[in-house]
Amino acid sequence: MLRLPRFGVQTPDTLEDAVAALAQPGARLVAGGTDILPNLKHRLDQPPVLVSLSRVASLREIREEDGNLVIGAGVTLTEIAEHDRVRALFPSVAYAAGVIASPLIRNMGTLGGNVNLDTRCRYVNQTHFWRTAIGGCLKSEGDVCHVVPKGRICVAAMSSDLVPVLGSLGSTLVNQGPDGPRELPLLDYYGADGTAHIKREPGEVTREVRIPLPSTPTRARYAKWTVRKSIDFPLVSVAINVQLASDSVDAEVTGVSVVVGVLGSKPRVVTRLDEVIGRKLSDATVAHTVATRVHAQCKPLENVPYEAPYRRQMIRVFAQRAIEEMVAEG
Amino acid sequence: MSGPSPASAPDAILLRTSINGDAVSVAVEPHHTLLEVLRYQLDLIGSKQGCDKGDCGACTVQIDGKPALACLTLAVHAEGRAVTTVEGLGDAHGGCHPLQDAFDRHDAAQCGFCTPGILMSADSLLRRNPRPVSRDEVREALAGNLCRCTGYTKILDAVVDASEVMHGHGSDDAKKEVAQ
Repeated sequence: MLRLPRFGVQTPDTLEDAVAALAQPGARLVAGGTDILPNLKHRLDQPPVLVSLSRVASLREIREEDGNLVIGAGVTLTEIAEHDRVRALFPSVAYAAGVIASPLIRNMGTLGGNVNLDTRCRYVNQTHFWRTAIGGCLKSEGDVCHVVPKGRICVAAMSSDLVPVLGSLGSTLVNQGPDGPRELPLLDYYGADGTAHIKREPGEVTREVRIPLPSTPTRARYAKWTVRKSIDFPLVSVAINVQLASDSVDAEVTGVSVVVGVLGSKPRVVTRLDEVIGRKLSDATVAHTVATRVHAQCKPLENVPYEAPYRRQMIRVFAQRAIEEMVAEG
Repeated sequence: MSGPSPASAPDAILLRTSINGDAVSVAVEPHHTLLEVLRYQLDLIGSKQGCDKGDCGACTVQIDGKPALACLTLAVHAEGRAVTTVEGLGDAHGGCHPLQDAFDRHDAAQCGFCTPGILMSADSLLRRNPRPVSRDEVREALAGNLCRCTGYTKILDAVVDASEVMHGHGSDDAKKEVAQ
């Protein structure tokens, strides 16, 4: 039995009231509860009050607006995975939402919770008893890092499945704060310190994610490696978005974006991919080149299960396979 | 990072909800989960407390018809919603749901601890797909419910069989039992 610490709960009906309630010292947000409640049960925090978004109906919309698909922060992961327009416009988003955790967690967890997902580490996401047996760490009760000896910055892993995908598609995030909405590129929202990896200003509530509608033909894919086929967080994750000169895998690549998750506390944007521009996507050297760049630039740490060197090899495998599967699907 | 406890305990909240079709009003602690209220205040002990952190699915109930984890649902989130637990599963079927009947015929429950959660996930699948379902569909629907006894084979057999019984193509054994 894992009991929650004592806290109060407030259930505002509007986003404005939620922002106001969040101004209380130590207040934290709860939506689906699938991330924060296990963490509270493990005593990773003890907030005096939770502000629940369960009654804020305005967060539950999916709409098209100003050349973007806008997904409200309160939309559940199941709803994203099953939504007709999401599936048609952004199959990699629908796929990624549909492979998060389990059907039960997807019915509860929300987009807002997933982009604000706390970082995870094999030394943190344990019971209080387990953690105190090793003296805690930078992210819990201690002042050392068990992943990087003598490390002074927490390297817990950004384990969201949606963040790499949404980042590869050039999405922006809109947070509602006491002074109004603030929009920023999603990938700029994350920083390198695993104890404070999101740049959410005090009092801000995530309102929506805006995904720009593609202006050229594209192929997009998300690859996730897990121990089991259900429930698990990713051991490696790679999101790839390729722009094409025409709607065929034999067309020339005009742009490519690759974002990798589960390294440190922020998603990694893979660079130096220019040399594949102008080649046909179906040219086997494209998949090989992208996978080589991914392997060279992404160095997993011992922060989640499975050995880091093995995970590094597997990122290469999954990146190459993702592009090969794009080509095979036509 | 355990902070100091709040100076005074937050007040209990009056929860008004529907449980298995009955209107229920109950005073709940804000930090209590729906599972704790069901089991320890309302004596509905069918939903099981397993891992208590969303991994095992033993606490699965339905909220407004959708399967959800009662261990990660704050009790106050059930306000105004319709909660169905395994105790209410057979209500529309004269007390025994065809799934429960099929689990019995197929010996799909061994220790039985996971069974209530699995029944609630499986029922949701069968209501969303009012036709015989495939083994792959059952596998996907039950991907959040762990069973450490059966190896799942008999559970899959039972859910597929129940869907066939409900839609007129049941196994010979099932037809015989239903006829009796």
